[in-house]
Amino acid sequence: MEALKPTKPKTRLSNSTLLFIIAGIIFLLMYLIAILVYPGSFKQFQTFFDFFNLNAALFIVTLGLCIVIIGGGIDISVGAVCGLVTMACALLLESGKGDIWGALLLALGIGLAFGLMHGYLIAYLEIQPFIITLSGMFLAQGLLTTLHREPLNVTKPAFVALRSYRIEIPWLGTVNRLGVFIPCEIRPGVLVVVALIILYAIMMKWSRFGRNLYAVGGNRQSARMLGINVKKTIFLSYVLCGLTAGISGFVFLMTTGAGNIGNGSLFEMKAIAANVMGGIMLSGGVGNLLGAPLGMLTLLTINELIRAAGVQSNLQAIVSGLLLYLFIVLQSIIMSLRDRSKFRLALPPWLKPQPPAGEQKAAK
Amino acid sequence: MSRLKTGFTRLSHLFLPLSVLAILLIINLIKGADYFKITMVNGVFYGNIPNILFGASELVILSIGMTLVTAASRGQDISIGEVGAISSAVFVQYVLNAGGEVTIWTILAGFLISCVAGVVIGAFNGTLVSFFNVQPMVATLILFLGGRSIAFIIDGKVSPILANPISNQIGTVIPGVPIQTPIILTAVFIALVAVVLKTTNLRLYVEAVGINPNAARLNGINPKKVIFLTFLVMGFCSAVAGFIAVNKVGRHDSVNLLKFIMMDAILAVALGGNSLNGGKFSITGSILGAYTIEVLNRTLLRLEVHPETIKAFKAVFIIILMVIASPVVRTSARKGLNKMKTLFAGNAVRPAGGLPKTVASIPDSSAQKEE
Amino acid sequence: MPSEIILKMEGICKSFPGVRALHNVDFVLRKGEIHALMGENGAGKSTLIKILTGVYEKDAGQILLNGRPVNFKSPQDALKAGIGTVFQEIALCPNLTVAENMFIGRSRKAFVSWKEMNAKAEKILNSLSIPANPTQELASCSIAVQQMIAIARAVDMDCKILILDEPTSSLDEDEVQKLFALMRELQARGVGIIFITHFIDQVYAISDRITVLRNGELIGEYETAELPQIELVSKMMGKALSDVSAMKKQEPPKADQRVPAFEAKGLASAAGVRPFDFTIHQGEVNGFAGLLGSGRSESVRAIFAADKVTGGEVKINGKPVKIRTPLSAMKCGIGYLPEDRKSEGIIDELSVRDNIILALQVLKGFFKPLSRKQAAEFANEYVKLLEIKTPSLDTPIKSLSGGNQQKAILARWLLTHPMYLILDEPTRGIDVGTKVEIQKLVLKLAQEGMSLTFISSEIDEMLRVCSRLIVMKDREIVGELSGTDLTEQNVMRMIAQGGK
Repeated sequence: MEALKPTKPKTRLSNSTLLFIIAGIIFLLMYLIAILVYPGSFKQFQTFFDFFNLNAALFIVTLGLCIVIIGGGIDISVGAVCGLVTMACALLLESGKGDIWGALLLALGIGLAFGLMHGYLIAYLEIQPFIITLSGMFLAQGLLTTLHREPLNVTKPAFVALRSYRIEIPWLGTVNRLGVFIPCEIRPGVLVVVALIILYAIMMKWSRFGRNLYAVGGNRQSARMLGINVKKTIFLSYVLCGLTAGISGFVFLMTTGAGNIGNGSLFEMKAIAANVMGGIMLSGGVGNLLGAPLGMLTLLTINELIRAAGVQSNLQAIVSGLLLYLFIVLQSIIMSLRDRSKFRLALPPWLKPQPPAGEQKAAK
Repeated sequence: MSRLKTGFTRLSHLFLPLSVLAILLIINLIKGADYFKITMVNGVFYGNIPNILFGASELVILSIGMTLVTAASRGQDISIGEVGAISSAVFVQYVLNAGGEVTIWTILAGFLISCVAGVVIGAFNGTLVSFFNVQPMVATLILFLGGRSIAFIIDGKVSPILANPISNQIGTVIPGVPIQTPIILTAVFIALVAVVLKTTNLRLYVEAVGINPNAARLNGINPKKVIFLTFLVMGFCSAVAGFIAVNKVGRHDSVNLLKFIMMDAILAVALGGNSLNGGKFSITGSILGAYTIEVLNRTLLRLEVHPETIKAFKAVFIIILMVIASPVVRTSARKGLNKMKTLFAGNAVRPAGGLPKTVASIPDSSAQKEE
Repeated sequence: MPSEIILKMEGICKSFPGVRALHNVDFVLRKGEIHALMGENGAGKSTLIKILTGVYEKDAGQILLNGRPVNFKSPQDALKAGIGTVFQEIALCPNLTVAENMFIGRSRKAFVSWKEMNAKAEKILNSLSIPANPTQELASCSIAVQQMIAIARAVDMDCKILILDEPTSSLDEDEVQKLFALMRELQARGVGIIFITHFIDQVYAISDRITVLRNGELIGEYETAELPQIELVSKMMGKALSDVSAMKKQEPPKADQRVPAFEAKGLASAAGVRPFDFTIHQGEVNGFAGLLGSGRSESVRAIFAADKVTGGEVKINGKPVKIRTPLSAMKCGIGYLPEDRKSEGIIDELSVRDNIILALQVLKGFFKPLSRKQAAEFANEYVKLLEIKTPSLDTPIKSLSGGNQQKAILARWLLTHPMYLILDEPTRGIDVGTKVEIQKLVLKLAQEGMSLTFISSEIDEMLRVCSRLIVMKDREIVGELSGTDLTEQNVMRMIAQGGK
């Protein structure tokens, strides 16, 4: 019995953490390169804040999608729902019948409706998520173009006041050529982003739903055997993603101030790419929620770099495609390495490669 | 009895597209009795039917490739429109830079080069899916994101124009031929696919891999290679579709050429009675599905649904289809049917079936020998 | 030894369409005992367990838990009543931490307290001497540790009965010992353990009692100490009933007339069988004897390159060849009928015709498809020859009975005219009539000069068909029997004693 006293192994980095760290390093590297090459703009904090200021909606969409992906699903309707919400809210505000709170409720309602539909069809009727959310995307786009075709500026004073509100950070900023200190500015949408990041990160780490979702994404069969209500968990993940897309639409309207057909187009693809770059495995169950905004930052930094370089904007898409490719291959390699180490353990002892005695002990 | 039954099952997968098509045609006939009317203008047939065949040509070709990819890899390629845009950009550049007068040979060479481009891109997607084990949708997302930009860079400027008579003829009509050229090209393509299916084991290999890759491997089929092959075919199909599309329009619009056509192609495959989870496939079904979608689009237009709203209608349509075809709904429907069957089973007389046992089997003959 | 009965199953019957899986089976588990449930494939072990845990509903009989009748509707129900199951494939989530895997799905609280959970997990892990950290990701634990964590979860849920379904099949010796230590610890705490395994040595190393099932019937319950190994083996294999008086075995060719058809030296595969040498002669029928899990299937899979071949030399008709993929094996004239018909044999949605011609078609190549007429002719020929009962050639093979599916796969390989055909459990799960037909067919083929390897769980069948048996135990060849040595007694002794 003495010999069987457990010798505790050192805790190895989990796959989620490993991918998150890799994503973090890549972002820092990218930003460092950006600072070195274009110190003029990237050294200013405002540039960093502008990522959030101008792309708040995109960040929010990415967060919602991240939840669904961790649960092993996909939702490609998020961009279209976001676009639909901007137009619907703009119409409501312009019609004079609704105030800001009404618009916010409308945004949440539309998001919720799409989320409920997707969740029910995918979780309970077991239809492929890709096809269902594709239809959701069609539906949202169709409704958007049906609502109003021309760009619609929101002129309601209360809303204009809200959207032009800026939060200044007095202790952070730059001094311009005239020696005047310009503090950094943050738009109200960024607050929503930060709030959601904190809220969702807490949810994914500490709530029962969050942990169940990881289990479901990791292995649906096992999750059921462990007593988790798999269908309900998947259902909730889509509802949450829909709601988040609704919020993102409202934030988008706060950023641009206008409903437009093109709003939110290709958001879903950018969000998927950002998730992959943030170390969230598309096969589900692996990834840190904080990786989603990190991946988005990486994507935006690259795009900004390319824009600063003055080359065609088309290169942005190509480079982000290329990066996506690298990340997918990287994840694939990590996955296969993990599988292989498992496989070796299943072999009888005489087939195992014989490591030196010291290593063998360490391995145990 | 059994023969009748198998004959029915052989056609049963076409039930869905045919019934939808029939409903749509009836709606159209109610709207106007002259729906099937074909008129001849300058020696060429025009009318609703030729327009449908003309309009759906790219979609038909793409849905054929999509059927194969779906069957073998159990997933879908979402980059087909982008691949078509890239390969047709290659084609346009070749024709524009060929120098001299544009002859049929220039066009043909350009077409072949664009096909090579399509196949190479297909190989890129196929490598990711078959050798890196990436889900097809994710693997093809890369080109979906970056593909149109690549096409634009090949173009070098916004919308280069294909202003030569031969391209025009390919996109519209060849003088003296009463049918629009894209329709003929589509027919030729379908014939080509039929020949390929007839002269190779593509169907058997793809179905075996899609249904049970493990068993397929133990029978000497390499599932990875087969999946890779379907992506090559998909690339080729995209190139042909791109070729037809660019000649129809007469200029290469890298942003809008074949935009979002993958949605329609996937829908066509599903509508054709094919499972989106791979396995047995019906190309006839997918082709019918593609034409049905074109009819649906045109019917919605005819019913004066705003072009903007068509997408929403289509979405509702897909959702209803998917719900009907979903495994959960199907099993509960089957359970209901079985209940009905057991209710009636008492009355039904079972036909005496089975094969005649007159032929001496090997085991029997061996036993006789030993005696 | 406490002998308080905690679980009693009486007169359990269960039938599936066409198969009688269990007939009047009794089973008794006492407090603090390790009870081995033994039986070959199709004996009904897993059906019994599934009935106990509520996966299946029983047709007849009753289950008494602590004297009270119970009837579970799902494994969750059974778990709540204190019956925990640990499966061969671990039903845990590899992407969660060890502690999470022990506690997820159990609490109704909306939030997780990691600190509390990790502390609790640490305590349990320590008390059971499991070498794992609560905060470690499960995927980074060895299979054995994962297995133990699954057990720890069940124990912490206050399970009084623990079912271990082949927990040791992928563990090495060291890991097995650790698992056994854990099992003894639980035994001391009064947990009743039902232990299912194919390793006879392990049964004798740890169990108190043995219940043997065969063909869905109870053979008996024995004290382990009072049942010699050889008797256990004979009880498990039993004597298959059949009417094969007309069959006569192929006499092995004289030593000087034998022509080797296939020779292998040091063959090894990634599936984990000790490198082995193997020769089969023309017109010979040999077999790999041994219990399930002894490596008999892995060996023939290595010959066909069904698993990744990791070493060894192979000669066909004296000429060295390289076999690295199933296709290259087929090209050398080898055919292989896999053990698992459903997942590796049939392609269920394809028609009977396509299933029959598949291997021939692949051998002919991608660009040379058989015409529809040719394919139908070939398929028809074998459908008639083997009396495959199918409504038509276009019927999907999944709607045929098991025996007819197996015949179709056999037809698939016969159509390629192999010189060496490997049949791994060709008679499993099919009716007696078809079994005899297949046995006769094997002998007939050998007479025509084909070499065959025939594997079966039923020793009678192998003795009837094979002229030489290679005996395996624990993934290693322990001996060979032929001629007059080839008796049931000898085979069983060899399996039980490991060739000594």
